[in-house]
Amino acid sequence: MQQTPTVPEARAFAVRSRTDLGEPILSVRGLKTHFVMDEGTVRAVDGVSFDVHPGEVVGIVGESGCGKSVALKSVLRLIQKPGRIVAGEIMYRRPGRNGARPELELDLATLPPLGRRIRQIRGGDIALIPQEPMASFSPLHTIGDQIVEAIRLHDPMSVADARKLAIAKLREVGMPSPEQRFRAYSWQLSGGLRQRAIIAMALSCNPAILVADEPTTAIDVTTQAQVLQLLRVLQQEHGSAIVFITHDLGVIAQLADHVVVMYLGRVMEQGPVRSIFHTPRHPYTRALLQSVPSVHSEARVQLPTIAGGIPHPLYRPPGCPFHPRCPDAMPGTCDVRVPAMVDDGSGQPVACFLHHDVAEADDGA
Amino acid sequence: MHWFILKRLLIIPFLLLIFSVISFVLIQAPPGDFLTSYIAELAQGGTTIDQAQIDALRRQYGLDRPIYMQYLLWVGNLLQGDLGVSLEWRRANVELIGERLVLTLALTTASLIFTWAVAIPIGILSATRQYSALDYVFTVLNYIGLATPNFLLALVLMWIAFDRFGMTVTGLFSPEYAQAPWSWGRFVNLLQHLWLPMIVLGVAGTAQIARVVRANLLDELGKPYSEMARAKGLPEWKLVLKYPTRVAIAPVISTLGWYVPQLLSGGLVVSVVMSLPTIGPLLLRALIGQDMYLAGTIILIFCVLTVIGTLISDILLALLDPRIRMEGN
Ligand SMILES: Nc1ncnc2c1ncn2[C@@H]1O[C@H](COP(=O)(O)OP(=O)(O)OP(=O)(O)O)[C@@H](O)[C@H]1O
Ligand code: SF4
Ligand SMILES: [Mg+2]
Repeated sequence: MQQTPTVPEARAFAVRSRTDLGEPILSVRGLKTHFVMDEGTVRAVDGVSFDVHPGEVVGIVGESGCGKSVALKSVLRLIQKPGRIVAGEIMYRRPGRNGARPELELDLATLPPLGRRIRQIRGGDIALIPQEPMASFSPLHTIGDQIVEAIRLHDPMSVADARKLAIAKLREVGMPSPEQRFRAYSWQLSGGLRQRAIIAMALSCNPAILVADEPTTAIDVTTQAQVLQLLRVLQQEHGSAIVFITHDLGVIAQLADHVVVMYLGRVMEQGPVRSIFHTPRHPYTRALLQSVPSVHSEARVQLPTIAGGIPHPLYRPPGCPFHPRCPDAMPGTCDVRVPAMVDDGSGQPVACFLHHDVAEADDGA
Repeated sequence: MHWFILKRLLIIPFLLLIFSVISFVLIQAPPGDFLTSYIAELAQGGTTIDQAQIDALRRQYGLDRPIYMQYLLWVGNLLQGDLGVSLEWRRANVELIGERLVLTLALTTASLIFTWAVAIPIGILSATRQYSALDYVFTVLNYIGLATPNFLLALVLMWIAFDRFGMTVTGLFSPEYAQAPWSWGRFVNLLQHLWLPMIVLGVAGTAQIARVVRANLLDELGKPYSEMARAKGLPEWKLVLKYPTRVAIAPVISTLGWYVPQLLSGGLVVSVVMSLPTIGPLLLRALIGQDMYLAGTIILIFCVLTVIGTLISDILLALLDPRIRMEGN
């Protein structure tokens, strides 16, 4: 029996409205990241726009391979050859103290990817919680060594002070006996503890934005819930924004304020979490919601297949990327023109010709 | 860590026992014994000896006893620090081996240092600049290095040195130092001669190790921990040296133990071509003449060196990787 998931009326964490959150600290506009290879060009991210407001939790959802990780890595400028950002801007506005005007405003897409300025942003302003926490610590160095290194990269202080801070952070994320764990190697810890250590490292420089790539896929279900709970609590205490990727609509419903739905490198629809769940406008979003077996399904469930397969990354369809699988596709329109992302004033912009008639100017060029 | 080293030290006597048996058996394997080849040699020179003389000699050298007695005698003497006497040279093996062993070790160490000092940076540069012009240049040089037999390289370099600079670059000493006792001057003279065979012997290994380091480093650079270090804001070169390189050089370090025997066999032709007073040619001569105590002792010394090399590489690996260090704890 299929059932559409809903956002619980009384969530553990109140949904924040964008109107209360001020100017966005991160504005991604028209981002395109392509991988140019001998076999052809993979347009992994092909025109993605979204905002992140201070203290907001943005959830990015979409089937495997739709470009979620590439989009977030592009923001941190971690894309390696043969990948390259070919278009778009990534405006980062470092918030000033006490809500003053931003003290720094910078298009990250223009920075040299190995340069000093992007390195200051990485870890310092925008911290990553990686997809594979298991392999994200070096097995040859202690956890403490790696956290101390992260701290001292952004805040010059003595090793002794950094050590105290690192242990305090480990304690804060609920690491039992943090002084001992400080000297431990990652392979001596359980999955859940490793994930906590990663979070401690990410939080160690008080970043304005935490970027989490499926922070819980690699750990067991009980620990997942604890880790997500922890992330959200820490986020409320520190006021940092979180952008997180997940396959799990249940997690989105519980944690996100704002949802971005991606398909084949493009954003199909985005909006406040309640609107996305209760009044989805894009056929793809509807299909996603209907395909979830049950609200209380195991948290780890992956997006099940929607009718039809995901096209091969090298051969993306012309027109609306979803048209080969879309039940509402309009021949002559949807397979020819690429629908633009249009906000009709509802705060829930959608890229679909059922809702407007605006096509992308550079149709698939 | 102590436990780790202790365990390895405890195995060594057993290894040596096995090696001694194997090397003795291998030396005895060809038909005949030292006297057979000695008589053949005499016969070539036109001298003949009668059966009574042969029997007397055979008794004198202990060759009339059963093989296991010969083995026990040899090992027993070795255990008392007596390396035995060469049948052919009729001199103590210690005398024959002594300086050649020192020079062989000096050459081995020098070419090992040369190999690592050149190969590891090349591997790192190639990997971090994959598919750049520099990477292609190194790749081509690597293949040339791998494909050139080292004795050919030796001949070419000797010819160039002679033709261009009028230098004779054979041997490890100038004539005036060749037989002289050790002195500062002799040591400096050695260094002046050592570099060419060092390069000749090191080139192939350098090319090989540079490829290994490059491939491993490329692997490790794609791993999540490298990306995580980048995401922390670590400068690229610090990242490369601190994290993935440490993993990528482990296989190189683990080859340390084989380096000694590899050089012995690989370096033999070079030693002959360049007239190097190393141990390789001596072993070859001893094997041809079935001078079994000399050959056996040399082979056993190389087994000991290999075991020591392996122990050193194990210790280095343990220092590098805590997972090895903590094994068994
Ligand atoms: N290094 C690369 N070289 C070539 N193509 C790549 C590379 N990295 C990613 N891609 C392509 O980019 C597309 C998007 O990949 P991405 O990892 O962003 O997907 P994802 O949405 O994060 O999927 P998942 O949910 O499985 O993590 C895929 O089609 C993939 O083939
Ligand atoms: S644009 Fe057309 S094909 Fe694409 S989702 Fe809308 S209706 Fe379906
Ligand atoms: Mg991903």
